[in-house]
Amino acid sequence: MLGVVRQKMLGQSFPKIRPAVSVLRSYSSAAKQMTVREALNSALDEEMSADPKVFLMGEEVGEYQGAYKISKGLLEKYGPERVRDTPITEAVFAGIGVGTAYYGLKPVVEFMTFNFSMQAIDHIINSAAKSNYMSAGQMSVPIVFRGPNGAAAGVGAQHSQCYAAWYASCPGLKVLTPYSSEDARGMLKAAIRDPDPVVFLENELLYGEPFPVSDEVLDSSFCLPIGKAKIERVGRDVTITAFSKMVGHALKAAEILEKDGIDAEVINLRSIRPLDRSAINASVRKTNRLITVEEGFPQHGVGAEICASVVEESFAYLDAPVERIAGADIPMPYAANLERMAVPQVEDIVRAAKRACYRSVPLAAAA
Amino acid sequence: MAFFSKNSRTIINNLKSKAGLSRLMKQSRNCCSMSCLNNTNCCRFIPLTTIPQLRNPDSYSHKKGFLFCFQRFQSTTSEQQFASLPNGEHNQELDFPGGKVVLSPEMQFLSESPCVYNHCYRVLDDNGQLISNSNFVQVSEEIAVKMYSNMATLQILDTIFYEAQRQGRISFYVTTIGEEAINIASAAALKSDDIVFPQYREPGVLLWRGFTLQEFANQCFGNKADYGKGRQMPVHYGSNKLNYFTVASTIATQIPHAVGAAYSLKMDKKDACAVTYFGDGGTSEGDFHAALNFAAVTESPVIFICRNNGWAISTPTSDQFRSEGIAVRGQAYGVRSIRVDGNDALAMYSAVHAAREMAINEHRPILVEAVTYRVGHHSTSDDSTKYRPADEIEWWKMARDPVTRFRKWIEANGWWGSETESQLRSSIRNQLLQAIQIAERAEKPPVNDLFTDVYDNIPSNLHEQEKWLRGTINRHPKDYPADVPV
Repeated sequence: MLGVVRQKMLGQSFPKIRPAVSVLRSYSSAAKQMTVREALNSALDEEMSADPKVFLMGEEVGEYQGAYKISKGLLEKYGPERVRDTPITEAVFAGIGVGTAYYGLKPVVEFMTFNFSMQAIDHIINSAAKSNYMSAGQMSVPIVFRGPNGAAAGVGAQHSQCYAAWYASCPGLKVLTPYSSEDARGMLKAAIRDPDPVVFLENELLYGEPFPVSDEVLDSSFCLPIGKAKIERVGRDVTITAFSKMVGHALKAAEILEKDGIDAEVINLRSIRPLDRSAINASVRKTNRLITVEEGFPQHGVGAEICASVVEESFAYLDAPVERIAGADIPMPYAANLERMAVPQVEDIVRAAKRACYRSVPLAAAA
Repeated sequence: MAFFSKNSRTIINNLKSKAGLSRLMKQSRNCCSMSCLNNTNCCRFIPLTTIPQLRNPDSYSHKKGFLFCFQRFQSTTSEQQFASLPNGEHNQELDFPGGKVVLSPEMQFLSESPCVYNHCYRVLDDNGQLISNSNFVQVSEEIAVKMYSNMATLQILDTIFYEAQRQGRISFYVTTIGEEAINIASAAALKSDDIVFPQYREPGVLLWRGFTLQEFANQCFGNKADYGKGRQMPVHYGSNKLNYFTVASTIATQIPHAVGAAYSLKMDKKDACAVTYFGDGGTSEGDFHAALNFAAVTESPVIFICRNNGWAISTPTSDQFRSEGIAVRGQAYGVRSIRVDGNDALAMYSAVHAAREMAINEHRPILVEAVTYRVGHHSTSDDSTKYRPADEIEWWKMARDPVTRFRKWIEANGWWGSETESQLRSSIRNQLLQAIQIAERAEKPPVNDLFTDVYDNIPSNLHEQEKWLRGTINRHPKDYPADVPV
C-alpha cells in the first residue's frame, strides 16, 4: 500500500522529462531496494537534468562528493557551475542562494547539518520566507534548503538539534521531513519544483537505510504532494504521529503493541508545514487516542501544535489526554548511554500508547 | 583616473594633476620600503594602459555630446610588477597551498594604518569647477541636465515627504539629503538591465529609472496602487519592471543577494551586472565580508557601492571600524576597489561607469566607496542634533551640497540657468503636492491582500481565516475602517 499520488506540479512543463511510464503490477514483487542516500542522489540528478536552472550549492558538495555523499557524481556530470563548492559561510551562501532565486534560478542549498543553518537563519526567514509577501509577489524565492537534521550518533549538543519546530512556525516556508526512500525521492522532487522556499529536513542515520521502492517511485516524473501525510500502518486503537527517524521507531512500537492487543495507527507526517491536520484529525476521530512522537525538544515542538490542532477540532473524540513523546529537555549529551536516554526510544512509545489505552505501565524508563 | 604605477614614470608625469601627487609618489616609495612589509600592500595600483583620449579632456568639445569610455585596465600588467620587488636581497618566492609568499629575513608587521592615505577620486572642485587634467567620462548635455533635474527632484521629494511625516500624514520617512550625487550619478552610469539591490537610502536610483512621483507617494501612503500592497513601511520601494529589488529594512542582507544575482547573470551570459548599495555601518555586518569574499572567489559581475556618510544612526565611523575606510577592505578580499568623492556627481558617474565595464567584461566584483555626509537625520525617528553638532550639519548642507556643486558645473557649460532652476523647482513641488493629495485620498489595499503571496498559492488555512474575517466584518460593519475596501 503505497498510497502514492502522481502529481503534475502546478502547470509547469518539463520538456526533458520522459512521459510517465505505467506501472506493471506483475513486476512489483521484485521490488528494488534503495537507500535514502541513493534516493536523494537520484532525485537531485533527475531534477538537475530536467531543468537547467536547478543547481546545487554547499560545503563539500562538489569535489568531496558531498559531506554525506548525497551529491556523489553530480560534479562530474554537471560541472562546477552547477555544483558549487562554497567557502565556510552559511550565512552568505544561503543569502547568495536567495539572490540567485530572486533572479530566477532554482538553487538547492545544502547545510552540512541544520545546526549550521542557524548561522544562515536570517536569510532563510527574512530573505527567503518573507520576501514574496513583503514584495507583494514581485520577488518569489524557489529555493530548497536541505541537509541532515536532528540527532545522529554521538555528535553532541551542537550537532544534534532538531529544527522542525523552529522553521515550521514561520509563514512563507514549507517544511518537509522525509522518512523512507520513496519519501526522499518524491518530496525532494516536489520541493525543487515548488515555487516557494522549502526547508527539507533529512536524517543522517537514515541515509544508509534501504527501503523497497516500486517502479513508479523510480520513474523520473514521480512526485509526492506537499502537505499530505501518509498512513504507514492502519490501526484502530491509538494514533501515533511521527516524522523522519521516529517513524521507524513508531512502526517498531506498533509491532510490539500488536502482541499486547493494541492496534496502533502510525502516521508518517511527511510535511510539518503545511501540517496535514485533516489526516491527523480523521485518524484521531477513528481511534480516539493520540501519541505524538518527535526527536526535538518538547517545549513548543511539533507535538504541541498537533495536540492543539486535535483539541481544537476533535476534542469530543478524545478518550484520553494527548501525550507527547519528545527528546529530553536538555542539550544533547555526547556519552552513548546518556544520549540513548535523551532521545525517544521504541519502549517510550510503547509505554505511552499503553498509558493512552489505560493499561498499567511503569512510570519511568529503567536506567 | 588616479590609478598609477610606481614604476611607470611617463604615466605619472602625464597624470600629474595637483603638485601634491608627485610628492605623494616619492613619499610612498620611501615609506613602503621601510615600514611596510610589502610594497605591494601599500602601493598596488592598477596601471593605466595608454588612453590617449583621456590625456586632455578639455580638448573635447562639450557640445559634441557623446560619451567616451575608458579602455579597460589590463590586469596582467600588475602581476608582472609583483614579480620584480626591490625588497631586500632575497626575492625567493615559495608556493604554499595557502598562497604564494615572498620570503624575507626581516621581521615586519603590516601596519594597521596604511602609510599613504587612499586616494579619493574627484573631478569637480568644491565650486563645481573641473579640476585640470582630471580623467573622467564625458557626459552629454542631455544626460547632465537629466542628472541635475533628478538630483533637484530628489531634494524636493525628500523635503516634502519629510514634512508630510511631521504633519502626521505618513508614518515614517528616510531622507537622502547630502547623497543625491551618489544616487543619481551612479544610476545614470548603469543600464536598465542592471539589477539593483538597495539598502534604503537610494530612491534616486528608482527616480532615474522612471519611478514616478505618484508611485513614490503611493508606496509611502500604502494605498491600493502601491506595488507593495501596503505591506511595507514607507520608503520600502520596489519595482520588478525597473529591476530594483524591494527594500527590506535588514542591514547588509542585500549584499549576498546581489552576489547571487550577479552569479546568475554570469551563468546566463547576460550583458548586465548586479549593483548593491549599503552604508558604512552595513560594512560591519558579516554578510558584507562574506559576500565580498564570495564575489571574488566566484568572479561575479557585481558592483558594491558603499555610501560612507560618516554615521550609522548615532555611531560615527570611528566607532564602526578602524580600517582606513572601506576601499581597503575590498583590496583585502581580492576585490578591485576605488574611493570616490561621493558629492562629486561627475566623479561618481565616471567611477561607476568604469566599474560596470570591468565587472561585466572581466567578470569581477568592484567596490566603490563613495565618501559623503549624511546631512539629514537617520530617519524621522531620529534627531541627529543629539549626537552631533548642529553647525557641522549646517556646514555640510550649505557648503558641500552636491546638488549645488553640480549645478555650478552645468551652469558654467551654459546648460542651465536660474530661470530653468526656478521653473523646475516649482513644477516639481506642485507635482509632488498633487501626488501626495491623490495618494492620501486613495483607497487602501483590499482585505484579501492580507492573505495573498505568503505562498505561491493561498493555503487552505488562510482561505478559512479570510472567510472568518469577512464574516466578522459583516457582523460589525461600524468597527471596520471606511477607507479599506472589503
